[in-house]
Amino acid sequence: MTSSAPQDPPLADNQGGGAPSRPKVGLFVTCLVDLFRPSVGFAAVKLMEDAGCTVEVPAAQTCCGQPAFNSGDRDDTRAIAASVIRAFEGYDYVVAPSGSCAGMLKKHYVELFEDDPAMKQRAEAFSARVFELVSFLTDVLGVSSVDARFEGTATYHDSCSGLRELGIQSQPRKLLATVDGLKLSEMRDSDVCCGFGGTFCVKYPDISNKIVGEKTRTIAETGADVLLAGDLGCLMNMAGKLKREGTAIEVRHVAEVLAGMTDKPAIGGGRR
Amino acid sequence: MQITSPGFKENARTALDDAPLQRALGNVRKGFIEKRAKASAALPEFDLLRDNARDIKDHVLAHLDLYLEAYAEKVEAAGGHVHWAETAEDARRIILEICRQKNARTVTKGKSMITEEIGLNDFLEEHAVAPVETDLGEYIIQLRGEHPSHIIAPAVHVNKDQVEADFRRVHTHLDPARNLEEPTTLLSEARAVLREKYFEADIGITGANFLIAETGTSVIVTNEGNGDLTQNLPKTHVVVASIEKIVPTLDDVSQILRVLARSATGQDMSVYTTFSTGPKRDIDPDGPEDYHVVLLDNGRSSMLGSEFQDMLRCIRCGACMNHCPVYHAVGGHAYGWVYPGPMGAVLTPSLMGVDKSGHLPNASTFCGRCESVCPMRIPLPKMMRHWREREFSRNLTPATARYGLGAWAFFAKRPALYQAATRLAMAVLGRLGRSKGRFSAMPLAGGWTKYRDLPAPEGETFQAQWAKRRTAA
Repeated sequence: MTSSAPQDPPLADNQGGGAPSRPKVGLFVTCLVDLFRPSVGFAAVKLMEDAGCTVEVPAAQTCCGQPAFNSGDRDDTRAIAASVIRAFEGYDYVVAPSGSCAGMLKKHYVELFEDDPAMKQRAEAFSARVFELVSFLTDVLGVSSVDARFEGTATYHDSCSGLRELGIQSQPRKLLATVDGLKLSEMRDSDVCCGFGGTFCVKYPDISNKIVGEKTRTIAETGADVLLAGDLGCLMNMAGKLKREGTAIEVRHVAEVLAGMTDKPAIGGGRR
Repeated sequence: MQITSPGFKENARTALDDAPLQRALGNVRKGFIEKRAKASAALPEFDLLRDNARDIKDHVLAHLDLYLEAYAEKVEAAGGHVHWAETAEDARRIILEICRQKNARTVTKGKSMITEEIGLNDFLEEHAVAPVETDLGEYIIQLRGEHPSHIIAPAVHVNKDQVEADFRRVHTHLDPARNLEEPTTLLSEARAVLREKYFEADIGITGANFLIAETGTSVIVTNEGNGDLTQNLPKTHVVVASIEKIVPTLDDVSQILRVLARSATGQDMSVYTTFSTGPKRDIDPDGPEDYHVVLLDNGRSSMLGSEFQDMLRCIRCGACMNHCPVYHAVGGHAYGWVYPGPMGAVLTPSLMGVDKSGHLPNASTFCGRCESVCPMRIPLPKMMRHWREREFSRNLTPATARYGLGAWAFFAKRPALYQAATRLAMAVLGRLGRSKGRFSAMPLAGGWTKYRDLPAPEGETFQAQWAKRRTAA
């Protein structure tokens, strides 16, 4: 892994102004990575350690609270948000391998505490330190290439929250271009939703199925061997549909490829 | 119009199985999106204009009472009449009263979503006044006995061959052997049929895209010129518009017009932008002798000062539905009332009650594409979420969802318990799914596995593995 400024990252959002020589990162694992695909968490740890970070994983974390937030349950969301903020105080950065969860932490926590000035202030300080993994590597740590190898053609889906809440689009492509042996083949409408939408996909399965069906068609058109994205929810949705359709396209989180950790079976794939 | 939003799920199912509809929806997915992208990219100040447009409307909404009074004064000063309608019923009654005063038997209509909202056509027909839609799309769906499925392209759900069949069915005075292969022949035929109607009409009814407080002017934008004929040829012109259509000045209108057509159809400007101020003056060569404006509230004033106020900035360009994956999947009729897509998902609960239209703000993936293209920068997903909050606090959320959420939240708030429970569950699931790597069926996960496999967990949770790694280190 090379970095334009590994020891002196542009820490615009860091409190205190001084850039720690070895940034201390708290990994927000995300519930789906914790439960379904721990390898993504270890890939994230490797990428950040390689870039000169000290990575810790606070035990007092479960989920970012989106299921409650998007179901209109403000009280439970607020309780979860408060405990996440508490668990991650004392880190230079909070990084999540998901645009959706990072977006929740960075963009929505503050609005939960409109009526609580003290908590709101803490939420604002917290939000300023939150980043999604890939954009953290490129935009904060200045990482410009990775030391990884992957034989095959990949296509990349832009997950909605990462794209539209956090502006993540060029960053993963930039790093993927430095993976040895990997060729990127863009799909049509890579910025269109895959139909996951959290609880949406089980509340409105017929509509979700129609949307993911359109998505898998555009994925298949690329002729790619592997589908990559930065959000496990979207990935599980698309992997589940691709498997049901019987296609051989593998599905992986982009961090696995960037970290060169693709020895485990792909998402939804069995033991080889 | 009868609201069928409570049956959204069934409506959606029907729409997904409707092959001609699905064919027609393909056009929405492509055309509108590409055209808007091109038009907005070609204008470097497009995003700044969006900011301006938002600010203009925010200012109006903060002083709506003052601007409405100023507008009404100007209309009266120009010789027009202003009618205040608190409800849809009031608006219908006022319009019928004008029809009766004028002994009107036919009225021509320019495209107007507000007249859809108040159910004007059915009401006039019940009272022996024949409404004739003159916008081509509206004319087509009137022949079909349908309602618009899109706010700027009302017949976007209809295919060309269906229009041909409708024209042959209704235009029986024309040669049955005529050739209607080309879309232009359909257009010419509609134009010829409608031309007669303009001359027969006693009253012309239009909506308004804007009402200008400074001058008492109503503005419509059209591409067919039907609006001009509707409002200029009959002796009476009735404008039906909702109260939030007000903008302060001519300069404000011209700023918002620059984002309207670009967002809607990708045009720089619509073909016709028509300004109407009062009835025909002595120096005017033509125009209506009588000019009425019916100002409709119908629940909007109660949105002022609420978390839904931003919705009143909407200029009805349709960009949100053009870019919505859910709209693309099911089309406009599935939403079950006048306004479909993301703007409908926010507005319908405001006007009709969330108890009847709760599905609408829930049937969104929150992909955020609507907000990203909205020329008025309306935070549509955020307001849909506010509706979900209202439902949740009023106990309108379905019991199973509520129960499931409650159980999940109980664990999510207790990390140690959560990790112990998930460690066990994932170990079991991981072992069960180990060889295939996925499940094709799973108890309690039917919504997922009906259409897709469920990827199996790797087995040991990240937290469990991390704890081991730390102990080893």
